[in-house]
Amino acid sequence: MRVSKHLPAIHVEHNKNTMNCPTEKMPIPDKVYVSMVQHIGAPCQPKVAVGDLVKVGQVIGDSDAYVSAPIHSGVSGKVTAIETTMTSMGIWDPIVTIVLDKKQEVVEGLAPPVVTDKDSFLKAVRDSGLVGLGGAAFPTHVKFNPKNLDEVDTLIINGAECEPYITSDYRAMLEDTDYIIGGIKNTMKYLGIKRCIIAIEENKAPAIKLLRDLLKDSPEIEVMELRSLYPQGAERVLIYEATGRVMPLGKLPADIGAIVSNITSIITLEKYLQTGMPLVAKRITVDGTAVRTPKNVEVLIGTPINEIIEFCGGYKRVPRKILMGGPMMGRAIYDDGTPLIKNNNAILAFDKEWAEFPKETACINCGRCVKACPLHLMPTSIFKAYDKKDIETLKKLKVPLCMECGCCSYVCPAKKQLSFINRLAKQLVQEGGKK
Amino acid sequence: MSRYSQGSLIVSSSPHILDNITTTRIMLDVIIALTPAFIMSGVIFGPRAILLTVTCVAACVAFEAAFRYITKKDNTITDLSAVVTGMLLSFNLPANLPYWMAIIGCFVAIVIVKQLFGGIGQNFANPAITARIVLLVSFATPMTTWPLPKQVMEAADAVTGPTPLGILNMGTGLEAIPSNMDMFLGFIGGSLGETSTIALLIGGIYLLARKVIEPAIPVAFIGTVFIIALITGQDPIFHICAGGVMLGAFFMATDYSTSPLTTPGRIIFGIGCGLLTMIIRLYGSYPEGVSFAILLMNILTPHIDSLSRRALYGVMKRGEEK
Ligand code: SF4
Ligand code: SF4
Repeated sequence: MRVSKHLPAIHVEHNKNTMNCPTEKMPIPDKVYVSMVQHIGAPCQPKVAVGDLVKVGQVIGDSDAYVSAPIHSGVSGKVTAIETTMTSMGIWDPIVTIVLDKKQEVVEGLAPPVVTDKDSFLKAVRDSGLVGLGGAAFPTHVKFNPKNLDEVDTLIINGAECEPYITSDYRAMLEDTDYIIGGIKNTMKYLGIKRCIIAIEENKAPAIKLLRDLLKDSPEIEVMELRSLYPQGAERVLIYEATGRVMPLGKLPADIGAIVSNITSIITLEKYLQTGMPLVAKRITVDGTAVRTPKNVEVLIGTPINEIIEFCGGYKRVPRKILMGGPMMGRAIYDDGTPLIKNNNAILAFDKEWAEFPKETACINCGRCVKACPLHLMPTSIFKAYDKKDIETLKKLKVPLCMECGCCSYVCPAKKQLSFINRLAKQLVQEGGKK
Repeated sequence: MSRYSQGSLIVSSSPHILDNITTTRIMLDVIIALTPAFIMSGVIFGPRAILLTVTCVAACVAFEAAFRYITKKDNTITDLSAVVTGMLLSFNLPANLPYWMAIIGCFVAIVIVKQLFGGIGQNFANPAITARIVLLVSFATPMTTWPLPKQVMEAADAVTGPTPLGILNMGTGLEAIPSNMDMFLGFIGGSLGETSTIALLIGGIYLLARKVIEPAIPVAFIGTVFIIALITGQDPIFHICAGGVMLGAFFMATDYSTSPLTTPGRIIFGIGCGLLTMIIRLYGSYPEGVSFAILLMNILTPHIDSLSRRALYGVMKRGEEK
């Protein structure tokens, strides 16, 4: 049942400063540091040893687990270390260090995969190393293969890019348009999905127009305009806005007949199908008040962030906060030597003025957080119940539904860290549930 | 190449940007919105009205600072909520109320109703309204001796007199009820800040425009008063301009801490306020019922909140998973 056409959303300053910056290819670095944890699910085991020579496109990490995706080298060179270090995911994991020989030799036998049916298609998706590039980093071949695939009638392509600052998906839509269309058609063909909706926020009018023109003769693929509000790109919200379907707690998109894929994921997939080159580089937006020349850059996975920023003119002010991802849901990193991983779509560096927050004050019960939550949760009641460690009430308030989008924290005049408290509350409910 | 790492970099939880709205900014907006009525109180009742408001504001701020200091809690006077409470309380008092009584009211509002319940956002009853009711039952005569506006004083040859609602309540001398124009501008007897409908309306519209409040409560409140007046054959314009309806609907009933969180809840709350106001006005022994109505609805707020939860996403009204 569709009660209203839209879910609540908030207006956040777009700051899409790099919309008109064509993607520049960053020169290859001297060293790359490839993390073995680049997706949700089972981490990879290194498939190379110290001293090995590797080539572009070679598998360097993999796992036998189903929910996992292989990791490839984007460079040719020599493995000099495999060490456990703190990754950007905040856990200790093996990182493979490769010193480049700068020849960029491609691994023997790299060729477009032979795809003839659903199974060979899904194998190709896995072999491409693809994970959800919108942020979640869930292995794509798993997402594309739900138990009830025959019930899935809609492929939704997420081109919302609702996070402020980030424009890499927008640039992708303009620069890799053909791959988008090819990727969609292949996915629909091999998965047997009849309809596709490409959902794009209306602030990206040129991309919408371009895709609409190219898709004139493909009525099965619809380009849909979303309102330019946050968080239109969050999976639950996107499915609702695009199809009006509600995804209850604990259900997957496929349960309500939809598969969602990010626009960059589709491009990466199609590139692999055409060339056999797996996911080894990423288009990212580099921006923020501390960066001299904001840009869109194509970077090899494993490149340290400080080198990427150096490529963008270096820091113009002393950075106080560096984010992987957007300001609403991105992660603040501990160290600017952290290497890039697959699901990064932006590096944002901010100065002191921007990074320091006002002090938290008492909740004034204003109801702004309640009004802002896209999923109709009541963050003020949640944090009060969390303070009392009242698991029963937290369950009633449906905390596990919270997607940590940050809308509630954003609008709170008391500057309460509501979405953070929600995360803790979710953990509490989970632990409490186990007992 | 310089490296930045832990220590120099802040690592905090997302989101990393916040709206620039703050509690202080909200309270400042309320103060701005109350200013037209504050000025009009001076015009209508003279400098005594201005002095009384200043006294109340000073007393509220002093009580809040003292309480926070004695109980060793963060000083919260910079959030300006004590200033708002002081203004609202004085707006609910007759302009010539003795200062010491007003200060007792401030003590009740700030210390007993607000701070003893934990400070801003924690109190269940509106501080200014509760203080006014306490003063009303403690000092009934001075609290209901209404100074008259200068013009009315000359015409009636008296210094004090009944409010328009008082006249209506007595049921005699109805010809003394002022014109709707005088009521709209505020040249009538009454509490010092409640008489000028136009000034309060300007403030209310400012609050709506700044999105400090939503229309739900004022519209439901004033609308209900209007409709009941119409049904019972009274002059609806008179009833929404008289007494504390405007002040109550825009500034007192919309107090965040003591009104429901959701829009449906706020509509119910507003209707309740309007209904109770009119019942007291028409059938009660007090001529005016806005304060009692709001206080009663304050008490019901937690219940309204739990009854009017929004249908959660993915969960049907009755709480079943869809
Ligand atoms: S973080 Fe959670 S509670 Fe807050 S607005 Fe987003 S979904 Fe709602
Ligand atoms: S937005 Fe902040 S101050 Fe307002 S009710 Fe929610 S938690 Fe309280």
